[in-house]
Amino acid sequence: MNIGLAYDVVRFEEKSLLQAINHLGHVSKPIHVVDKEFWINEANGFDADFIIQRCVSFSRALATTTIFERYGNIVVNNLDVLRNTADKLITTSMLAKRNIPTPATAIAFNKQTALSIARKMGFPVVVKPVSGSWGRNIARAFDEQSLLDILELRENMPNPQMKVHYVQEHVDKPERDIRAFYVWGEVPVAIYRVSKMWKTNTALGGRAQPCPVTDELRELVVKAGDALGGGVLGVDILESREKGLLVNEINGVVEFRNTVLVTGYDLPSKIVENTVKVVKR
Amino acid sequence: MVNLACPVCGSSVEVPSDSLPGELFECGDCGAQLEYFVDEKNAASLRVAEEVAEDWGQ
Repeated sequence: MNIGLAYDVVRFEEKSLLQAINHLGHVSKPIHVVDKEFWINEANGFDADFIIQRCVSFSRALATTTIFERYGNIVVNNLDVLRNTADKLITTSMLAKRNIPTPATAIAFNKQTALSIARKMGFPVVVKPVSGSWGRNIARAFDEQSLLDILELRENMPNPQMKVHYVQEHVDKPERDIRAFYVWGEVPVAIYRVSKMWKTNTALGGRAQPCPVTDELRELVVKAGDALGGGVLGVDILESREKGLLVNEINGVVEFRNTVLVTGYDLPSKIVENTVKVVKR
Repeated sequence: MVNLACPVCGSSVEVPSDSLPGELFECGDCGAQLEYFVDEKNAASLRVAEEVAEDWGQ
């Protein structure tokens, strides 16, 4: 097969996917989107059986996926899945609709309503932007005053999205969370992200360790991935002491360098193999 | 390997000949983060890499 790989920055993930495509006997077609012209009215589609979307910039991922699909290309992940995973409000809503356990979450559009939610939820609470990654601009409030301070800061930011307050219960977890990989209905590998800090993102220094894929974890991750539209996803799970496993966030252009390094699992080949099977169907 | 000029300090930076556009390198002399770039005439060079933006990452 001819397999495109749309990217802006080359990281371990993009290199290893290109290597996997070639090692599996396919033809890799890197598409560096940053310097390309994309004419929307003319169908100058890329000669690829499918395109793996790997742009680190979400705006570029969304734009180029839209255009590739307009050209008639199959993109992994597709536009719906990208949108569903990029917006935490959409993700949580889609999970809740399928009764998939998530931390208690509510939305408010002003400080007083957010405060009322937090009082009902109980402190501490976590306030997140609805979009964004790597733990950016996520804050934890231990009491009413610190919540009001955080909300005031958010409301003075120029981005109107920061006035949508996504308020979530703080989950008391055991100094780690789980990043499990969903690859077209399978859960081939997972890691713990261990940190003494409450934010466990590896981008913020969280340490990766292998995590066994138990039946309980697999079942939850498959349900969550299916609910968001399938494809190739990173599903972040919190281990609540009271409520058990909770799906926290889902990533649509997932990073896996640390997972491959600590588990030795050849995830890039798994992604390519499973996607080829799905596209051939 | 090919040698390309750092656009910040002018030093020579060695990059593998199979580099991909968008691949990142660091100048050994000035520490600038650089990106491999190929223009429409297929000439390779280095340019200053884009800074991490608010919509980056997963």
